[in-house]
Amino acid sequence: MHADPAVEVTALVKRYGDKTAVDGLSLTIARGAVTAVLGPNGAGKTTTIETCEGYRRPDAGTVRVLGLDPVAQAGQLRPRIGVMLQSGGVYAGARALEMLQHTARLYAHPLPVGPLAERLGLDSCGRTPYRRLSGGQQQRLALAMAVVGRPELVFLDEPTAGLDPQARRATWELVTELRAAGVTVVLTTHQMDEAEQLADAVAVVDRGRVIAQGSPDELRGTDARLRFDGPPALDLAALRKVLPDRAVVTEPSPGSYRVEAELDAALLAAVTGWCAGAGVMPDKLAVQRRSLEDVFLDLTGRELR
Amino acid sequence: MTATDLTPRPGAAPVGRMLLAQTALETRMLLRNGEQLLLTVVIPTVLLVLFSTVDVVTVEGPGERVDFLAPGLLALAVMSTAFTGQAIATGFERRYGVLKRLGATPLPRWALLSAKTGCVLVTELLQVLLLSGIALALGWSPHGNPLTVLLLLVLGTAAFSGLGLLMAGTLRAEATLAGANLVFVLLLLAGGVVVPLSKFPDAVRPVLELLPVSALSDGLRSVLQLGGGVPWADLGVLAAWSVLGLAAASRFFRWE
Repeated sequence: MHADPAVEVTALVKRYGDKTAVDGLSLTIARGAVTAVLGPNGAGKTTTIETCEGYRRPDAGTVRVLGLDPVAQAGQLRPRIGVMLQSGGVYAGARALEMLQHTARLYAHPLPVGPLAERLGLDSCGRTPYRRLSGGQQQRLALAMAVVGRPELVFLDEPTAGLDPQARRATWELVTELRAAGVTVVLTTHQMDEAEQLADAVAVVDRGRVIAQGSPDELRGTDARLRFDGPPALDLAALRKVLPDRAVVTEPSPGSYRVEAELDAALLAAVTGWCAGAGVMPDKLAVQRRSLEDVFLDLTGRELR
Repeated sequence: MTATDLTPRPGAAPVGRMLLAQTALETRMLLRNGEQLLLTVVIPTVLLVLFSTVDVVTVEGPGERVDFLAPGLLALAVMSTAFTGQAIATGFERRYGVLKRLGATPLPRWALLSAKTGCVLVTELLQVLLLSGIALALGWSPHGNPLTVLLLLVLGTAAFSGLGLLMAGTLRAEATLAGANLVFVLLLLAGGVVVPLSKFPDAVRPVLELLPVSALSDGLRSVLQLGGGVPWADLGVLAAWSVLGLAAASRFFRWE
């Protein structure tokens, strides 16, 4: 792994007319890892990615990708990166395999087209014109076009939006293998399970800034919820006395209990020990860790935008 | 599932290979498109055969009907490919993000534009061969210097390409589709292609003579039908349109 980052965005500002899409965003993306950029619609994810790809010129701040300026040094950068746009990018009349083959011809050492198409399920629709491919097939073709040139760094803008579960799994497997092969992957997504499954690092973007960054575990923190069922109206005051001060104990419905606290083995032992002392069997005992979705909604708010 | 070696090995293909691949792809896209073929092949061919054999338009000058019509339809062929076809295709490529996506590959922009020009020239070569073959079969007897004809065709292509790319790079794809077809029909009727400009009122004729398709058909006719020398005035008009069109296109063209 290299010491210098794959992508370094510093205080990036990008405006469209009087609307500020990106507002002083800073982000460092490590080489050889999968980084997920999460955020609500309109948060500035795509603008940030497209600035890294050299499509947009920053209004302020700097962007360096593989140490290069994406606009001024585009000629050096483009052969080294792979790009998957959110949609489009293919001639309406081009056949799927024809377009993939063509993209491969633009690179010096492309992947063999046949096996790549096969593993993404594009071989069966290889002779179908792009305009007649399903949305999922179009997405997979765009993904294949992003990796066929054997790039060091790939940008995937919502790679699994609208995919069926099989296609989503195939995409995840490819991303995992890209990382294993040493490729840096930057992807945007709305799907928290995708970020949890794939990403080594997550950056949450909202209103044009990074508001949280870290590994999925770091972002989730150690807070968790313990649930169990028992006889109604247990003496919760007594239970509280054996738990840490921060713990919150509730009985949302009769006979159903919740303990919210920083979770560790000692907490679990304290709860089950108290139950044993009170002669109560903690039925359906379960630990619920905060999901990335909980973290995301806490950070970005729950209201619709 | 096949194992694929995804280890990075980046690099651009040699630029000659990219240029060749892109030209071949653009040409395949054009020849596969039914509407484009209607415009570039079917319409000029039908007009050439119909008007050469049936007395529905009045022609002028020496020789057979086909001696007047063939140069006009060669001019129409150039316009249909370099202007109408190129404008519509490029407009939709811009709309569907093709130009944007290609911009992220190692293919330089100048190479993309060169490939488009290459595609136009290949198509025009096929059109000229087809139309000339049909015209010769209809009794056409061309005169003049072939190099002068080539110069006119090349300058006409430059003029129409600039205007086509200007339209494709600034208007919405649907507007380009409608506008480019409308311009095609108007210039077909009022640009001296099949109807001699002498049929138009004196007041509008000087303006019509400045249209690029009028200059091209008039120039081609002065060489091929009349056996004249280099038609400097027509070349001047085409050169002016080329400079204006290409300069405006490079100034205003938007890739997305």
